[in-house]
Amino acid sequence: MPEITLTVNGAAHRLTVPDRMLLTDALRDRLGLTGTHVGCEHGVCGACTILMDGKPVRACLTLAVQAEGREIRTIESVAPSDTELHPVQRAMRDCHGLQCGFCTPGIVMSLVALHERAATAEVPEDEIAETLSGHLCRCTGYRNITAAAHQALTTPCPHDTAAPTAPASAEDARARAERADVAAAGVGGGAARADAAGVEREGVEG
Amino acid sequence: MSVVNASGGLIGQPVKRKEDDALLRGRGRFLADLALPGALEIAFVRSPHAHAEVTRIDCGAARALDGVVAVYAWDDIRDTVSELFLEAEMRIPEQVREAIRPLSRLQPVPLLADGRVTCVGQAVVMVVAADRYVAEDAAELVEIDYSPLPALVDPLDALAPDAPVVVPGTEDNLAISVEGKVGDVEAALAEAVHVVTERYRSHRYVASPMETRGVAVSLDPRDGSLTVFASTQTPHRLREVIAGTLRLDPSDVRVTAPDIGGGFGQKGVQYVEDVLVPYAAHRLGRPVRWVEDRTENLTSSSHAREQVHDITLAADAEGRLLALRDDAVINLGNANLTGLVVPYNTLTHVIGPYVIPSLDLRVRGAVTTTMMATPYRGAGRPEAVFAMERAMDRLARKVGIEPHELRARNLVQPENMPHRTGLMYRDGTMQTYDSGNFPELLRRLVGHLDVAEIRRRQRDGDVAPGKRLGVGLALYIEGTGLGPFESGSVTVLPSGRIRVATGASSQGQAHQTVFAQVAADALGVPLDRIDLREGDTAAIGHGVGTIASRSMVTAGNAIHLAALAVRDQVLADAAGLLGVAPEDLEIVAGVVRPVDKPEAGIDLADLAARRAPLLVPGTSTGPGAVISETTFFKPPTVTVASAAHGAIVEVDERTGKTEIVSYAIVHDCGRVVNPMVADGQVTGGVMQGIGGALYEEMEYGPDGQPRSVTYMDYLVPTAAEAPPYVLDHIETRSTLNPLGVKGLGEGGAIAPPAVIANAVEDALGPDHVHVTRGPLTPSRVKDLIRAASPGVTSER
Repeated sequence: MPEITLTVNGAAHRLTVPDRMLLTDALRDRLGLTGTHVGCEHGVCGACTILMDGKPVRACLTLAVQAEGREIRTIESVAPSDTELHPVQRAMRDCHGLQCGFCTPGIVMSLVALHERAATAEVPEDEIAETLSGHLCRCTGYRNITAAAHQALTTPCPHDTAAPTAPASAEDARARAERADVAAAGVGGGAARADAAGVEREGVEG
Repeated sequence: MSVVNASGGLIGQPVKRKEDDALLRGRGRFLADLALPGALEIAFVRSPHAHAEVTRIDCGAARALDGVVAVYAWDDIRDTVSELFLEAEMRIPEQVREAIRPLSRLQPVPLLADGRVTCVGQAVVMVVAADRYVAEDAAELVEIDYSPLPALVDPLDALAPDAPVVVPGTEDNLAISVEGKVGDVEAALAEAVHVVTERYRSHRYVASPMETRGVAVSLDPRDGSLTVFASTQTPHRLREVIAGTLRLDPSDVRVTAPDIGGGFGQKGVQYVEDVLVPYAAHRLGRPVRWVEDRTENLTSSSHAREQVHDITLAADAEGRLLALRDDAVINLGNANLTGLVVPYNTLTHVIGPYVIPSLDLRVRGAVTTTMMATPYRGAGRPEAVFAMERAMDRLARKVGIEPHELRARNLVQPENMPHRTGLMYRDGTMQTYDSGNFPELLRRLVGHLDVAEIRRRQRDGDVAPGKRLGVGLALYIEGTGLGPFESGSVTVLPSGRIRVATGASSQGQAHQTVFAQVAADALGVPLDRIDLREGDTAAIGHGVGTIASRSMVTAGNAIHLAALAVRDQVLADAAGLLGVAPEDLEIVAGVVRPVDKPEAGIDLADLAARRAPLLVPGTSTGPGAVISETTFFKPPTVTVASAAHGAIVEVDERTGKTEIVSYAIVHDCGRVVNPMVADGQVTGGVMQGIGGALYEEMEYGPDGQPRSVTYMDYLVPTAAEAPPYVLDHIETRSTLNPLGVKGLGEGGAIAPPAVIANAVEDALGPDHVHVTRGPLTPSRVKDLIRAASPGVTSER
């Protein structure tokens, strides 16, 4: 059985794993990091999303051996402390962006990656929509997840009546005002998937 | 955590959720996250055939594989277990039996195939192994020979006289038949000016919670008693089913629902796996777990929604409804496990918010060789609303008035509440709408949609090139807060913390937060002093669970009443200690104090500590030793929630793609406990309805093979498909419970299939196009457009 060395949430691990073991199973069963959830095991739902070398990856489509030498971050590493949440987590809570919470870790990881990029470059509106369209949520209807994404990356969310979200600077405030009226909906992977199915069905029935 | 810190007034506040912190940190504990040291894992061998005799099963090679602990077929276990039979679902009140004489022929289901399979995905063999990888390897080594029989997919085909019988030993495939009649429909039809008769089909789609089902079982080595962790909405019911099927004493089975990743009804019924996994643990004396995979969830967890309605609406010259006749057939799949639930919901909800003097309603259930259908968010109502609200649009066309005007002329008026339909409800009472303001729902909706402006744009051709603009709406009523009861207990612990327990069981509905709001308000304590224990048969002895839009109505009121009773106890204790009459005391922030001398207050913690007299010689050890109350709230009948939904759509002529430009909702669920949570429930439900309207279909081929068994083919909508919403509430309180609340969970999902179909037909031109079924995929819409083109008359 192959032996792999990888870094998970800042700690180095050496694991002996079967060739066929999925990275989800290695993280969950070997390292006890059960915050990474398995929703479909075929790369559609996004619940298993982790960061590998800073980029979002479907852990259910990744073999553990592919993580050799990589740096992996999971949901357990996101909050800065037991009393504080990451801005993305805070926005998800403040905007009621989760109900059952099963899909949530994957969404948070994708948004954390976006949030880290936003620190150095502006994230285009359609990229937020594109990112979210890679995740299935069956509870929320997405409205509040989209609001949370915008709050974490830019604007205040409608439910945020108590938590102060005062802009850090005048420039920030302008950016928020500009983005506040941009509609959340966009064209993403999901729409493309639905269209493809429609075309395919037509072919069959033709 | 809370936005309101003062005690009192928490109900109605958008309090942020207590659940979120752990879930956001990856500290949720879902079924697959539970650590059971040494647990074996299970994989099932499932039928690849829709209908077949099982002629040979050979488990030899599987048993011989290294790491395999046990392999079971039905013959290996049949002598020690009973067949699956959901007794709680089968109870029919005496009044209903006498009044409508329903046929409900139930099928006890063998836990593994008994010589015959009747749908693709049915469990045939159970493999128990060291881990899931090995279990799946072994499953592939099981050899099974099948002799295929004819598949039966369509429910109308199943009721044909010459149809092959699905369940051996039965005469035909009719498992359910219920009827409801009011007035004289024939006479009404004779005098009607306008009559529409149409056939509408609701297609099959599924709950698809993001967490699949799963069961994990540990044993107490001292006495062999079982602790069953299950991804279930109904732990107490599951305990009874496990105990009954495995022939154990219920007190030797504890069922615990950990965090549940969505249920929507699919986890509200009990399945063969729910008892097979405990069986394996019990027989092997070892911890065991099974976590369903996604393809199993799509094929082997229950389906829903497939119905065919032949509906007739009759009206006078002004469009006033005179009669409704509806003859519906439900595809039950391969077993009738949940009896009258869905059929009777359909029967009593097709009328909707309208006054209809004569009714002739019949709903039948047909058994077919497809996965069984059980209640899913809306449970028979979306199908009824699809037929009724489609027919209302066709009738409006005939009468020559706007669809919303036809509806306005027929709504039950608020001054006529409570309104009786003349039908008997499933609980044996006469169906009664306790309260509501349907005209206000409609008035607001028409305003939000700005129907007049849509009509102007349609007239003027004020639409982007290649697009067709349409508007559609639908109304519904929903009997919510189903009995028979729910439990609630409230205890003041000597630590000063308040322990609340209930038989309800959350799958994302924020019970930790909303039930704390209810208890905190009644008792006068801060929200963060309350701990909720639920989803556990060890937390409270009796319960039903969270299904049927019932938890705030039943559990919420049980907790409210228990908290008020505890409040009385607390005030009495404090009155004795302080020498002040109870009515001169108040409870503020967990401190009982004289109204005119607040500094003399006593904390609830001190009162609870004083009540613990067990260590004091000579004092009572009776129930008064703790400050605690348990109540069971039994609603007199369902309370009726209502809503009006509408959508503006643009249909692309070239691609057939429907875009929802705006989706408007005016919703009435009585008193709202937490508006943030309520909005979340509504929008989540609407999205599931939109999924069914436009994208999702669990389709079977004529050979009985399911065609959408992965998420590449079964299209759960993403954020990209979420439309802009207008979300509006009115609040007519229920008259049937102390809190004035109505149920909330299912409502959002009920209207969208009808709304979108009405809007798409409006866009394509109702003179040319008739939308009779969904989902309105691009290909189906293009077919409709083609059929409407000159020279083409056929229509799907």
